[in-house]
Amino acid sequence: MAKVVIDALLARFPRIAADPYQGPGGDDVVFVRKDQIVEVCRFLKTDPGMAFNMAPYITAVDYLGQEPRFEVVYNLYSTSLNHRVRLRVKVPEGDAVLPSVCGVWRGADWFERYCYDMYGIRFTDHPDLRRLFMYDEFVGHPLRKDYPLRGRQPLVKERELTEPYRGPGAASPDQA
Amino acid sequence: MSTEQSGAVKPAMAPVVHPPSELDAPLPTKRMLVNLGPSHPAMHGTTRAVVELDGEKLASCKLDIGFLHRGFEKSCENVTWTQCFPYTDRLNYVSSIMNNVGFALAVEKLCKLKVPERAQYLRVITSEIHRICDHLTLVGAMGMELGAMTAFLYAIEARDLLWDRLTELCGARLTSNYARVGGVARDLPDGWADKTSRTLDRVVLLRDEIDGLLTRNRIFLDRTRDVAPVTREQACDLGYTGPCLRASGEPYDVRKAAPYLVYDRLDFDIPVGDRGDNFDRYLMRIEEMKQSDRIIRQCFAQMAPGEIAVRDSRYVLPPKPEVYGTIEGVMAHFKLVMEGIQVPAGEAYGYTEAANGELGFYLVSDGGGRPYKLGLRAPGWPMLASLPWMLRGALLADLVPTFDSINMIGGEVEQ
Repeated sequence: MAKVVIDALLARFPRIAADPYQGPGGDDVVFVRKDQIVEVCRFLKTDPGMAFNMAPYITAVDYLGQEPRFEVVYNLYSTSLNHRVRLRVKVPEGDAVLPSVCGVWRGADWFERYCYDMYGIRFTDHPDLRRLFMYDEFVGHPLRKDYPLRGRQPLVKERELTEPYRGPGAASPDQA
Repeated sequence: MSTEQSGAVKPAMAPVVHPPSELDAPLPTKRMLVNLGPSHPAMHGTTRAVVELDGEKLASCKLDIGFLHRGFEKSCENVTWTQCFPYTDRLNYVSSIMNNVGFALAVEKLCKLKVPERAQYLRVITSEIHRICDHLTLVGAMGMELGAMTAFLYAIEARDLLWDRLTELCGARLTSNYARVGGVARDLPDGWADKTSRTLDRVVLLRDEIDGLLTRNRIFLDRTRDVAPVTREQACDLGYTGPCLRASGEPYDVRKAAPYLVYDRLDFDIPVGDRGDNFDRYLMRIEEMKQSDRIIRQCFAQMAPGEIAVRDSRYVLPPKPEVYGTIEGVMAHFKLVMEGIQVPAGEAYGYTEAANGELGFYLVSDGGGRPYKLGLRAPGWPMLASLPWMLRGALLADLVPTFDSINMIGGEVEQ
């Protein structure tokens, strides 16, 4: 069913999409180069034969010890054609930045914030890239494989009441 | 006002020009910042909303989450696959079996494992009972937010009746821990199906009572109709799933779009709304409870006695006489408990229709006994993310009912 999607992607982006395979349960998966992820996603959303109008889940994985180390995984779904595809994007540790797909699906917002919070992968052009679950002073990214299970955190200084949304506290978000 | 009146009464006189009164002067106004939560009687869960008020209207709303974050994914990456089940109980604690089943199905997808038919029926029955519980909670709580305490009490009574039945089955009211990789934990107790059918009859009465109290209630309608509407395109774009998406008119339900377990053998309908407002989101729940009721009764009629788990000691603990009587049984038991199920290396995304939408587990296995990565796609996540957008220009009083209508569960969204 979704073989059509993979074929169309490989034909249209021969240098960007590669190594398709069928995962367990018949899921179609393809690797995409990270710089062109927005173009690929926009094609998948706007092309009438693809019509991926929803990005139900975007997440990241830390393959510590492999090169490139990180991977961002996009699970896409089309409600009109009822097909799914999974895009895997390799992200190297030294350059853990990739373009945001918030402009394609607005629902990607918090998923990308999650990837930033938990893995330290940054997204350019994201409207509001802040930590999602952790507080801004948190040091490190907890779902990285080299973050210890019982990691300790430094005490956070009491904040000045400067910005009411963030509560009493400092103004500099973690830019690491 | 007074100058006009006096002018009307005495038209012959020259109009009196009053100096501009202090009363007519524009009032100095400023926006007010209100901090709701994380611990606030009106907020469910521990979400914090910082709202800027312009009079009674919301000028802006910002959400701050993470107060309930307990490192679900990190914890699961450090225990065996089977030990993840109690953690999944605590995601959506109102309907824990659906999380158990969702996780079990994702692992089975990776293992390419097919569970026995009776186990599939048991999973469907328990999931649908929990779907009713979840929807009852939402409907009752939403009524309560709008002042209808009675509906809440009916809903809680019905929910507890169902939880009593599940307690007889699983041993716990909330943390059921019922599904396993390869099957379910235990079979139905004697007479449970009849007892549950009678409970469902009572639940139907209570549900209809709530339906009658709220659905045509003028106050309820005025407060929910056309509040926070979401169109079909917007809902898809924002990644909505479940009743919130269907309230906007998109008939996407995983049980129909990609049937799992035995849903393809069951006859049920997918209710769809047309306006996507709070009232439609409420109505979806009422209708879905009726469908779940149908599903459970069909399952009772269709299911036959049989195995409740695969007979494969790579996945399921061997029966106790074998463990105590044979060396193979002891070894299989020991290896499963100490090392965990050896799930083949690979990655898979398993998704099911939970009470509030698509519950997804993105699993990566390195071939060992523990998940290498367990990514949770919580159903309420995209809905909560879009709450500030849904509430643009709405009244402060609509914040909490809208918050309720998306049924955000802190346990799953904040992981």
